[in-house]
Amino acid sequence: MDRAGIIALSPQDGNFPYAAAAGMASFGATGKHGLEDFLAYALQQLINGISLGMIYGLIAVGYTMVYGIIGMINFAHGDVFMIGAFLSLIAVLLLSMGGVMGGPAGIILVLLLSVVITGIYGWAIERIAYRPLRGSFRLAPLISAIGLSIVLQNFVQVSQGARVKPMETLVPGGVEVMREEGFVVQFAYTQMMIIGVTLAVLAVFTILVTRTPLGRAMRACEQDRKMASLLGIDTDKTISLTFVIGAALASVAGTMYLLRYGVIDFYIGFLAGVKAFTAAVLGGIGSLPGAVLGGLLIGLIETFWSAYFSVQYKDVAAFSILVLTLIFLPTGLLGRQEVEKV
Amino acid sequence: MRLQLALKDASIGAVVAALLFIPLVALRTDVGSAGALVLRYRWADAAILIGLVFLGRLALVLWTGRTGLRPSTSAGPWTQRLQQAGRLAAPAFLAFALVLPAIPGIDRYWLDLGILVLTYVMLGWGLNIVVGLAGLLDLGYVAFYAVGAYSYALLAQYFGLSFWVCLPLAGILAAFWGVLLGFPVLRLRGDYLAIVTLAFGEIIRVVLLNWVSLTGGPNGISGIPRPSFFGLPFSMAGGEGTFAGFFGLEPSSTHRVIFLYYLILALALLTNWVTIRLRRQPLGRAWEALREDEIACRALGINVTVTKLTAFALGAMFGGFAGAFFATRQAFISPESFTFIESAIILAIVVLGGLGSQIGVAVAALVLIGGTEIFRDLQEWRMLVFGGAMVVIMVLRPRGLVGTRTPSIALGKRRAIDGKLVGEGHG
Repeated sequence: MDRAGIIALSPQDGNFPYAAAAGMASFGATGKHGLEDFLAYALQQLINGISLGMIYGLIAVGYTMVYGIIGMINFAHGDVFMIGAFLSLIAVLLLSMGGVMGGPAGIILVLLLSVVITGIYGWAIERIAYRPLRGSFRLAPLISAIGLSIVLQNFVQVSQGARVKPMETLVPGGVEVMREEGFVVQFAYTQMMIIGVTLAVLAVFTILVTRTPLGRAMRACEQDRKMASLLGIDTDKTISLTFVIGAALASVAGTMYLLRYGVIDFYIGFLAGVKAFTAAVLGGIGSLPGAVLGGLLIGLIETFWSAYFSVQYKDVAAFSILVLTLIFLPTGLLGRQEVEKV
Repeated sequence: MRLQLALKDASIGAVVAALLFIPLVALRTDVGSAGALVLRYRWADAAILIGLVFLGRLALVLWTGRTGLRPSTSAGPWTQRLQQAGRLAAPAFLAFALVLPAIPGIDRYWLDLGILVLTYVMLGWGLNIVVGLAGLLDLGYVAFYAVGAYSYALLAQYFGLSFWVCLPLAGILAAFWGVLLGFPVLRLRGDYLAIVTLAFGEIIRVVLLNWVSLTGGPNGISGIPRPSFFGLPFSMAGGEGTFAGFFGLEPSSTHRVIFLYYLILALALLTNWVTIRLRRQPLGRAWEALREDEIACRALGINVTVTKLTAFALGAMFGGFAGAFFATRQAFISPESFTFIESAIILAIVVLGGLGSQIGVAVAALVLIGGTEIFRDLQEWRMLVFGGAMVVIMVLRPRGLVGTRTPSIALGKRRAIDGKLVGEGHG
């Protein structure tokens, strides 16, 4: 992976640091020969796209959960992802100083530390900026969320500095899937880890939502908050826990992002957030499987767009999908039709 | 009893603050001498923050007896006083703005600051049509500002058109873009509309950034012609055909600044005047009705699409005017001036001023832009404080600083309506 090439795509210019771009440049030099090469290249993009899409999916679940339960867009959620990535970086540095940062145990420890602290951030965000505004007019929480997003970005900028943080690769290498003259299709260990961890986390999360009392309370709040509270569900607590779970998932995404791409800064949350929101809308906002599906689609579309059309305009591709979905398919792929009552 | 409660609450707050701040504040990641990341410890900073949270919670509980802050939408005594003063304040502000360049001791710095504040007042008033009156949350307003600025810069560069020809063109082009972008998204609900407009704003910025052959990409466009005084250029040479020469004045660089100041003041007042007049007309009343209840509007036969589009187009047009002014004032523009954060700042001005209140927007622009400009030395802290103010004001006064509003049209006596009674925002 060409690190210098990634850093050159300055995140300030709105570019998601992008591993595929570096791979693509080297491929472009060798030229396209025949069907095998075409397939090999497409396979590599598929692998890249799925692993990127998993990260978007994890963030998108947080958007869709909060939207389902209190009907607002948690605009600061992308910045929670960024905080998760920074906490993972700090945890990695701390653990390597203590000499325990080796093997899978170290990475699990990093994940745990980051999930716990990011979860507390999620709780604090809800408590400070959203709970006092419950029942206020519709735009109030959204505006408060925009303010909070600015606060989180600038808090990290002030406390951690504005420069990008490049980290040494912890899990180098990967499995060679296919080799065509000069072009190697590689399934990196970090990509396997992203897919494995994401699937495991989503499995735990699905059990949590479908099988536990907390999950039942969350689904009840989603259907009818007033009725749920009449039936003795502590809705405030349920909403708080929803934010904590959403933040925890975003922090897993942050850790995966850090381990895969190795470069973070205080601004990564904005674009990742908008794209994950796009994923949530594409999948049908309020639908949990939809969020993951949408994330995968956005990851794939973005990767293939960058590989075959233009890296510069990949954000335009993602944004255009958002606009087109909302115009032609407002309920998303797996969403329910919403009826506005008087 | 209360002290006990307060101590317990403050301790919990301090523990949470410790968990939040110790990793991100006390442990700072820095690129070390070997090129790898190292941690630097800053325990004192984290301790100060935790101490502040502890004392803050303690004071809050001891003072109010409650553990949370509650939002207030009703008019407090000071807002009523503000309202009464408002009748005098508006003419006073206007008079002050008019005579500002003539006040002795006002140098170039203050005039530049005045121009900056007035630009944001104008942008705030323009966005107020969309957000405050029509209730459409637009997070991509800066796109129209960019369209206006680039329209003037490109028309001047490629066709050599003058500022006075380009100003209306920039407004028309921005309005055209407003309709183009607005048309497909107007049936979306409030918060979806917000995200889509944000996406549009970003698309326009990314295109400006990457269409290097037309816009110069990240390098921007420089050497944009400065405005002339109705054909008389401002020049230090002071010859026959220049502003100074024509009026027999000593050539001075402040002439242009003063002219720019009055130009933006006139543009801002035009925005305000149009808005106030339109509010009394059927169109303006339809906007406000739409903000309150879209379904009722449809039932009453208001053409929702056309009404929303006119709000979008008018707001965009004033954004375009402001953009053209920005381009001619700076003589240099680049996509960096049109980031999402600008949209957020303009929206913050409208919201903090109280949605729909003209004087509120002006005061908010003065406080936010003037206030943060004075604290420019604080650099990155500035935006931190800015975002914090947005959250705090939303939590304490969700209706903005001016929480009450006077109906645009009334039978008999005109009374202020409590912010609680209006429920806008159903996009």
